Amino acid sequence: MKVIKVINVMSIDWNFVVTNLPLYEKAAWLTLKLAFAGIILSLVIGILCSIVIYFKIKVLDVIVQAYIELSRNTPLLVQIFFLYFGLPKLGLKMSESVCAIIGLAFLGGSYMAEAFRSGVEAVSKAQIESGVSIGLSKSQLIRYVIIPQAFSVSMPSISANCIFLLKETSILGAISIMDLTNLTKDLIGMYYKTFESLALLVLIYLIMILPLSFMLSWLERKVRYAEFGN
Amino acid sequence: MQNSAINVIFQENNIKRLFEGLFVTAEIAFISIIIGSILGILIGLSRTTKYRLVLFINRVYLEAFRIIPTLVWLFVFYFGVTTALNIDLSGEVVSIIVFSLWGAAEMGDIVRGALQSLPKHQIESGKALGLNYYQVYRYVLIPQAIRRMIPGTINLATRMIKTTSLVVLIGVIDVVKMGQQIIESSRFQFPTASFWIYGFIFFLYFIICYPLSRISKRLETKWSN
Repeated sequence: MKVIKVINVMSIDWNFVVTNLPLYEKAAWLTLKLAFAGIILSLVIGILCSIVIYFKIKVLDVIVQAYIELSRNTPLLVQIFFLYFGLPKLGLKMSESVCAIIGLAFLGGSYMAEAFRSGVEAVSKAQIESGVSIGLSKSQLIRYVIIPQAFSVSMPSISANCIFLLKETSILGAISIMDLTNLTKDLIGMYYKTFESLALLVLIYLIMILPLSFMLSWLERKVRYAEFGN
Repeated sequence: MQNSAINVIFQENNIKRLFEGLFVTAEIAFISIIIGSILGILIGLSRTTKYRLVLFINRVYLEAFRIIPTLVWLFVFYFGVTTALNIDLSGEVVSIIVFSLWGAAEMGDIVRGALQSLPKHQIESGKALGLNYYQVYRYVLIPQAIRRMIPGTINLATRMIKTTSLVVLIGVIDVVKMGQQIIESSRFQFPTASFWIYGFIFFLYFIICYPLSRISKRLETKWSN
């Protein structure tokens, strides 16, 4: 009995796959778009936060620290539910995609800030002092000494965070965004094509994330050529 | 109006229900962390061998959990594996299976990293003293590796606790689901309930995860030098 069931599942309904592929394609683009916007925004937030922390700007650095702890120690799902269902009650209404992007940026910003911070901290004091002693101004110091070295140290965590954020988009279905997981759930519910829908879902995530991960490790080698030596 | 709406949390037995939900979340997280750690230690030990096949299988296993989102794994087990094997699994069981497997993969990487970061002369000195393979692990490598593993393990635990919030999407009655039910039932009495309830759940997760991440950060700086 069980064996028959397994064989049934294994005989793939190609017709179903072909008809629904465009839907998956659409959902994949939506996922990529939201993730891209979220990543860009979180990079901006991360840079701003790490500047505030690095220069120890009064008041602001307490706020930034509080933000980082809040965002790192709570799950994205709860953050997004709060943004999407909680805030409208105070009169702040946002569309699903705006909520999704803000949620991703809220989460990603703190991760990016930590990545930049560790990079900036890794620049040795001797480097900065040498820069000062050959007469570089503060902006030159940042531009020619700190940023290139800090960036090469933080690049691995930045690329890990990009992949992390792309993966986190999978929960956006919870606020009725038609992303890949939400689409899959719908298709399973409508047609009972469990195997096909899930296989497509996994496959599309692989297609999205594998190239991204290769691309980022290539970029990492480029940025860190001083360490890799090519 | 808004000042009174916060009462939705303390009204009737709402707070008790939220904590009941939190208990389900905590239970799933706790069991998965235990199973994941035990499996992860075994996987980590197996990753220090020279056998190419073992290393390859471990690599594929780890990358599979790193590349494919956890929610997708939950779906694969909840909808896919149950249909394929023609069995019935509750959301809780599926969550425990998925989180244990994921935890084991990540834990394996932490254990491997800790073991490989130990200087080679530790093994050689142990052998020179006449310890056998098992004794080298038992008395030399593992005590030192555990110290390097603990911050990473606590971090992984907080990540797992945070990710357990996803179980609501496969129908487990966890703290988020309890919150949704309370919001539904009190929507006429307290129209702003969702703000307070989701805010409260946000706060609950924070007070669980924040101390853990502080401890791990402190141990990391303390033991790194």
